[in-house]
Amino acid sequence: MDIRSPAFKQSARAALSDAQLQRALGNVRTGFIDKRRQAVDALPEFDALRDSAKAIKDHTLAHLDLYLEAYEAKATEAGGHVHWAETAEDARRIVLDICRAAGARTVTKGKSMITEEIDLNAFLEAEGIRPVETDLGEYIIQLRNEHPSHIIAPAVHLNKDQVESDFRRVHDHLPAARDLSEPAALLGEARRVLRSQYFAADVGITGANFLVAETGTSIIVTNEGNGDLTQLLPRVHVVVASIEKLVPTLEDASQILRVLARSATGQDMSVYTTFSTGPRRPGDPDGPEEYHVVLLDNGRSSMLGSEFQDMLRCIRCGACMNHCPVYHAVGGHAYGWVYPGPMGAVLTPSLIGVDKSGHLPNASTFCGRCEAVCPMRIPLPKMMRHWREREFERGLNPAAQRYGLGLWAFFARRPRLYRFATSLAVPALAAMARGRGAFRRLPLAGGWTRHRDLPAPESRTFMQQWRDRSAGGETAAARGPEGLA
Amino acid sequence: MTETAPAAPRVGLFVTCLVDLFRPSVGFAAVKLLEEAGCTVEVPAAQTCCGQPAYNSGDRDDTRAIAEATIAAFEGYDYVVAPSGSCAGMLKKHYPPLFEEGLQRQRAEAFAARVHELVSFLVDVRGMTGVAARHAGTATYHDSCSGLRELGIREQPRRLLASVDGLTLSEMKDADVCCGFGGTFCVKYPDISNAIVEKKTAAIGASGAELLLAGDLGCLMNMAGKLRREGTPVAARHVAEVLAGMDGTPPIGGERR
Amino acid sequence: MSARDTILQRVRTALGAAGGDAARSRAVAARLAEAPAGIVPARGRLDGKARTDLFVEMAEKAAATVQRVRKPDSVPRAVAAYLRGRNLPAAVRMGDDPRLAAMPWDKVRALEIGRGAADPDDEVGVSHAYAGIAETGTVMVHSGADNPTGINFLPEHHIVVVDAADIEGDMEAVIARVRAGFGKGTMPRSLNLITGPSRSGDIEQTLLLGAHGPRAVHLIVIG
Repeated sequence: MDIRSPAFKQSARAALSDAQLQRALGNVRTGFIDKRRQAVDALPEFDALRDSAKAIKDHTLAHLDLYLEAYEAKATEAGGHVHWAETAEDARRIVLDICRAAGARTVTKGKSMITEEIDLNAFLEAEGIRPVETDLGEYIIQLRNEHPSHIIAPAVHLNKDQVESDFRRVHDHLPAARDLSEPAALLGEARRVLRSQYFAADVGITGANFLVAETGTSIIVTNEGNGDLTQLLPRVHVVVASIEKLVPTLEDASQILRVLARSATGQDMSVYTTFSTGPRRPGDPDGPEEYHVVLLDNGRSSMLGSEFQDMLRCIRCGACMNHCPVYHAVGGHAYGWVYPGPMGAVLTPSLIGVDKSGHLPNASTFCGRCEAVCPMRIPLPKMMRHWREREFERGLNPAAQRYGLGLWAFFARRPRLYRFATSLAVPALAAMARGRGAFRRLPLAGGWTRHRDLPAPESRTFMQQWRDRSAGGETAAARGPEGLA
Repeated sequence: MTETAPAAPRVGLFVTCLVDLFRPSVGFAAVKLLEEAGCTVEVPAAQTCCGQPAYNSGDRDDTRAIAEATIAAFEGYDYVVAPSGSCAGMLKKHYPPLFEEGLQRQRAEAFAARVHELVSFLVDVRGMTGVAARHAGTATYHDSCSGLRELGIREQPRRLLASVDGLTLSEMKDADVCCGFGGTFCVKYPDISNAIVEKKTAAIGASGAELLLAGDLGCLMNMAGKLRREGTPVAARHVAEVLAGMDGTPPIGGERR
Repeated sequence: MSARDTILQRVRTALGAAGGDAARSRAVAARLAEAPAGIVPARGRLDGKARTDLFVEMAEKAAATVQRVRKPDSVPRAVAAYLRGRNLPAAVRMGDDPRLAAMPWDKVRALEIGRGAADPDDEVGVSHAYAGIAETGTVMVHSGADNPTGINFLPEHHIVVVDAADIEGDMEAVIARVRAGFGKGTMPRSLNLITGPSRSGDIEQTLLLGAHGPRAVHLIVIG
């Protein structure tokens, strides 16, 4: 997909003035947060499980080569085909070859961020194969020719009226007079329309929440059941998964599952957690005849061993964006590529380069709420700061910013000079305010005063006043600030 | 505590650049509270800023230089106390990893162990359970992000505020959600910052309080500036001013005669 | 070099690991062999009736309905009652699971039983759970010659029969049961953990039951 991250500021501004989007984003600020809180409060071991989940992923990443080999051996033993892809292009090509060999004209897809990352749909379409998204949210945005704005709630930026008008536009074989005013009616219609697609598809493509080395199993976690129908009904099932999805054992998957659904939707457990191991067995009445797994690197191996390795623990629960004030303000599309919110602000520069996505790690207040809720204890603000360091080293941030910062640092590193300069500037600024207490406008402070007043300095600096009072040998009680009534 | 606190511990006050430049009242309130808590307070002259503007802009070299100077300036004090969760968090949590393992790192760690945010220091270290102040009215308290999430400051200010004669605390919705300040963030992304602070001032307004309190001047200047621009009649003060009974100055951004 | 070797080599280089490092291989082999359990919530550590009660409570919290019967012989009548109660036609889809097959379905008059893989028009499917998980109110079913997976997903109503003796306190106990049943490192093709009926919150975060899978999950607990 097109990279629109460099236009973050413009996109954010447009998002802020989009009343419809702002109304939809209100749903994120309330639902997800309360539900997660309740689920977490109900499980006393939640924080211990986070530690356990983190330790599992850290161990796995430190031995990733060996677990990949173990996984491959078991998946192959179960009759699966394991393919390795270095790049997005390689992965697309592998999927296409499988589709071609299956004579596929239609493929159904379970919700998967990794196929968004490799932009699979556009590629397959260009090759004459019709991809059909089956997750309700993904289906809606596919109709709109959009991309997900949230990693677990892809259509969270939309309101039901928009969905209704899309359904009326696309499902034009259905009676025009039908009532679609309620979400339930929209869901029912999508269910009926997609039912036929599952059976028409030759290939079903899903992602994976986990790959289990012990058994060669892929696991998907869903609520709708579309992922299961996608991997069950077509003749060929293709799993696309990046290499960090590995966990050693079923127990390890269980540990992480306990924090996944609670962090994502506030459920104790998602409705469907499905373990798939190889193709249909002899005697099985259903199931795919072929089972393929595409193991994708696409930049992960270069994050290993770097200061961004911790990001590879991410299980894509979405809790970071659900709790992010910036995401709440601008929504997911403003981030301009596949992964939005705090996890996107760290991951995107790793995948497309910080030169194209420098705004993302900068557009954070470092409020730390993302890290506080991350089930995998990923230090997201710290890694955003690492990206800012990379940017700074490479001189990628704007010249005005660098100049201002350099000037400030020059003084901040020289206390006497700093004292001297501030003892002149602060009283002058205080005098400029002339008792109004705040500025509505001030040269060079336009970023601040565009939206709010700038409180003026009280009078002289604290250090000036303190020195005078101390020199006077006064007691603490007498050391009130100037202007105290 | 591993520290052995003498009868009257010597506290070095890290004033913070914003308090130094914009609101000395907070510094004097901090001194008064610390003295009431039985400390001897000194203010090392060689301090400037904690270094966050550089640190959060990716400028590690300047940050390290500022950190070194700050650590040196506060050598020899029993405690280093700052009237800000954000700056105290910087000194305590972010200074040590700036240095490679070795002597400098050890020095930074020893320094970090002595650093505290003001209100949590009063309650957790000095065992303060109440103050002698009086302030009639209803206040609401905003939990600044760094203090809350890096240093676990939540109950301490509320406990001391509960002892202020005449004061009622009315909690706002989402008191723990960022106000949109974020240091340089608010000038780099003013429109997003504005959208965030608008939600905050709406929550403040809905709380029915006539006084907004918080423990960080950056957040307070942001919220006070927005309240003023919106014309919302809510005064903003640093929590230390009320706790110290030094609320005679005009509020943050308020007119002075 | 193949893509496989390139990726593995990159991973090793990034980790600063040599291919033949015996200590790393031993650590991985040990972890795979021992499969340590980690943190298991206390919630599920219950026995007998208390465990079954928790299972029922959690399943209902996940919007499943639950009916309890004394013995397997009562299941067909319970199924018929469910169909009547919801005005559903007297027809169900069922696999050849021997536990289900042993039940007296002939005692229920005019109940049509379809066998084999599920059909998109099936309104009601009946499965027998391999195990239940009290911790979350989850049932586990698995694929096999007698257990078409489609029954779990295609019908509007999914009735799952669970023997109370198969309800474990937590997921780890169920994993142990799977290992004992299928052999270490071996899995059925599809192992499905199901917690309540299918749902979606994709439109304005309004939670709606009955997305692509069953609109209703009804558990019949024996014992």
